[in-house]
Amino acid sequence: MTVLSGKELPRDGVKLSGEALHYRLDKTWSRQPGLWGWLSTVDHKEIGRRYIITAMIFLALGGLLALAMRMQLARPESGLIDPDRYNQIFTMHGTTMMFLFAVPVMEAVAVYLIPLMLGTRNIAFPRLNAFSYWIYLAGGILLWVAFVLDIGPDAGWFAYVPLSGPEYSPGKRTDVWAQMVTFTEIAALAVAVELVATIFKQRAPGMTLARMPLYVWAILITAFMVIFSMPAVTLASSFLLADRLVGTQFFNPFERGDALLWQHLFWFFGHPEVYIIFLPATGFVSQLTETFCRRPVFAYSAVVIALVSNGILAFGLWVHHMFATGLPRLGYSFYTAASMAVSIPTAIQIFCWITTMWLGRPRFDTPFLYVIGFVVTFVIGGLTGVMIASVPLDLQLHDTYFIVAHFHYVLIGGAVFPLLGALTYWFPKITGRMMSEVIGKVNFWMIFLGFQIAFFPMHISGIMGMPRRVYTYPAGLGWETTNLISTVGAFVVALAVLLFVLNAVTSLFRGRIAGPNPWDAAGLEWATSSPPPAYNFAHIPLVSSRTPLWDERGHLPVVTGLRVDDRELLLTSVLDARPDVREPSPLPTIWPLLAALATTAMFVSSMFTPWAVVIGSLPVAAALIFWFWPKEPGLPPEPVIE
Amino acid sequence: MRRLLPGLAAVALVACEGRQSVTGGDGLHSGQFNSLFLIFLLVTAFFYLLVIAFLVAAVVRRRGRAEDRPEKSGGEGGFRLILIGWVALVALGLTGLTAASYFSDAAAGGARPANAIRIAVTANQWWWDVRYLDPVPANTIRTANELHLPVGVPVHIQLKSNDVIHSFWVPNLAGKQDLIPGRITDITLIPRKEGLYRGQCAEFCGLQHAHMALDVTVEPMETFEAWRRSQLRPAPPPATPLAVTGYNYIMTQECSACHNISGTPASGQVAPDLTHIASRRSIGAGTFPMSRGHLYAWIADPQSAKPGNHMPYVGLEPHELHGVVAYLETLK
Repeated sequence: MTVLSGKELPRDGVKLSGEALHYRLDKTWSRQPGLWGWLSTVDHKEIGRRYIITAMIFLALGGLLALAMRMQLARPESGLIDPDRYNQIFTMHGTTMMFLFAVPVMEAVAVYLIPLMLGTRNIAFPRLNAFSYWIYLAGGILLWVAFVLDIGPDAGWFAYVPLSGPEYSPGKRTDVWAQMVTFTEIAALAVAVELVATIFKQRAPGMTLARMPLYVWAILITAFMVIFSMPAVTLASSFLLADRLVGTQFFNPFERGDALLWQHLFWFFGHPEVYIIFLPATGFVSQLTETFCRRPVFAYSAVVIALVSNGILAFGLWVHHMFATGLPRLGYSFYTAASMAVSIPTAIQIFCWITTMWLGRPRFDTPFLYVIGFVVTFVIGGLTGVMIASVPLDLQLHDTYFIVAHFHYVLIGGAVFPLLGALTYWFPKITGRMMSEVIGKVNFWMIFLGFQIAFFPMHISGIMGMPRRVYTYPAGLGWETTNLISTVGAFVVALAVLLFVLNAVTSLFRGRIAGPNPWDAAGLEWATSSPPPAYNFAHIPLVSSRTPLWDERGHLPVVTGLRVDDRELLLTSVLDARPDVREPSPLPTIWPLLAALATTAMFVSSMFTPWAVVIGSLPVAAALIFWFWPKEPGLPPEPVIE
Repeated sequence: MRRLLPGLAAVALVACEGRQSVTGGDGLHSGQFNSLFLIFLLVTAFFYLLVIAFLVAAVVRRRGRAEDRPEKSGGEGGFRLILIGWVALVALGLTGLTAASYFSDAAAGGARPANAIRIAVTANQWWWDVRYLDPVPANTIRTANELHLPVGVPVHIQLKSNDVIHSFWVPNLAGKQDLIPGRITDITLIPRKEGLYRGQCAEFCGLQHAHMALDVTVEPMETFEAWRRSQLRPAPPPATPLAVTGYNYIMTQECSACHNISGTPASGQVAPDLTHIASRRSIGAGTFPMSRGHLYAWIADPQSAKPGNHMPYVGLEPHELHGVVAYLETLK
């Protein structure tokens, strides 16, 4: 199939392929070398890499804070960390892990992979993508600089009012937290919009919705969840800032505000957020299971339906974080039932993966070990989740270490294990080299066992009555042993993470050269070289099944006719991916960075004076004007002819 | 089960001795908690074993090799039926658990018994203000950071907060209930077993959230009544010269601005009532056990004992410190 019109423009095709085509495309799609090019790039792969590395740095920082907490809690009445610092540390740990690691890293991997999986040359709205990264980076730096300067937030990652309000948290600490939320929300929303647009309009011809890889489905649902849930927390944090900075009374019960309003808004975002982290991880698991069991995932449509219903049900559960607040009991029953129901789609997915393993022939490479570790660990977290969906059980276990154990089983077992598997799996695609299998396997067992040692005892600490968020505890309540074991486990996990980083860094230079498709996988991202060229694909692939590289072994059909002298994408129709239009893709520019800097200046100074919002918006507007400055009209749009 | 067994063992162990344990089962509701928790534990353990058994069987069945060619879908007809069965089984299990949870909760709700003892607990950063309400205002008792409850008698506790959100939680007796500024919440307890228990604030409430505990004594009705009568008595006048020094210091210096001691001019209301402080089990809302040494430490420098609490460092001279401690020790 050729996408073309009869004009005499340079296009890829029979007359232009191989080295000559590479030369032309590379010239068109490469950024200029040097710092300027680095700062102004709009290549999704480059930004995705940066995003992943930054998020992993925040994982390491958040992990160091966890170690500090475990040191403090290793024995009762420890004087290692004073309460003020401890409260900052646990607030920073939760905030960093949720806002700066977990959600961003899932979006980051998607930014890198999705265009490759769809067979397109760049993400939609690539300049917005660059802006998103810079804003995210600025938010993270803001939070951590504040922490180093001893103005780190200390009201918990959930920042319940009135504790986080103007009266009980004077100073700038909570302002920093709330403004950091604004940064990361903007970044997350931007990426979500790009991903939805990319998935809907830039799939390779023939990749109907029903032929999309399951990971793409997971990301599509996740992106919609981001779009629907993040505004709630943005609203909440804006209310909080307004209460703190300009004297509004949204959350002040004595001026007809309401303290519980915060909890509703926060958890309306906070619960879906867990699924925003978890669903991409299920996407990883699906891809890894397919590749390492050597067959497509069983019951594709059941998995897709499970993803969609997870995405919808996740919005009906938020009150299960509020069972102790004294809301009407009848209402609680609804949220108990909904919280129970959400485990059905997950049970479907688990069944489909294990059935795939049963029907296929599992190959125990490191990434697949993480899949098994995921099932063994995550299911425990899911089942303790069923326990605390029950009101009478939750009223006891809420805000104890049982909950800490539960959500670490869900988030580390359910998201970090698949993420580590996914990073090992796609490492050759990103870097061109394989990670060491030997170190990888040692690494897996260390983190798997270390995790169980660290977090299983926390269930028991919680049942023995140990509340969360305490900087110390008295001797004699029976919490000493379990806490000490948890601390030991935490250090094993930390060593394992260190080993992962070492493995990644050494493999970057010494790893075995991977080639385009080292795992013999089925997805389009493996159809191009490792690492992919700036333009991703010399010719846009043509898809006729869910596992194109397995079904069209060695002769993947392509479409030709995209211009090589200009950045051009092929857009396809939403449902069945028929060629629709040819669309120019924006060139690199420095303006997203400058717009991000202007936005940062506005947000940071608005913590000190509300006028910053007015004055600071002028540079932002100026940056946006240059960013969107219209290009000279090019050639008239050409029709797509099949 | 490999993981659940130690958990179950620990639950059994803890149930014997914990004075702050969710499996204590020493109150009516927490007794129901134990049976419900056991049901959930058994059902979830069953499902976990099912998943793990399937997983192990699936991965050991056919080992793959590097040169394996990928397979087409197909040969999976039976599994579609099993999937439907699996969903039905999960749904059935969840429905059963939801029903168990609902009926347990409905039993715990119920009307407020008319013969209940009425108590008002107000949470502050970081201590509990406790009032035993009585139709006769003069018979109202005020104390701090402790509850005395007669065994077998329902207790209705009205909960308020003076500052931020706290959560009232005496795990051996019942689940938690938040105290939210601008709202009045409540909880009903029925202690079933005599004993000494410990409660603790369960919602993060700021700097000293870790040190906001509550001593609970469940005792026979006669002992409770004796305690109640003793709490109604005003403080005795100081008897020794040392205690007089302390008395004079408290009445004329900073202390009386915040603390109340019935029967004396000290009538501050923003800090714990000290009228019977020496009869309590701990000081500083469970920070230290009650003892002369800890009283000294606390009064000499409250900020090093519990950093950030609202009692300021006063800087007593040694003889004043001796006097204040001697006087407080007479407040039984």
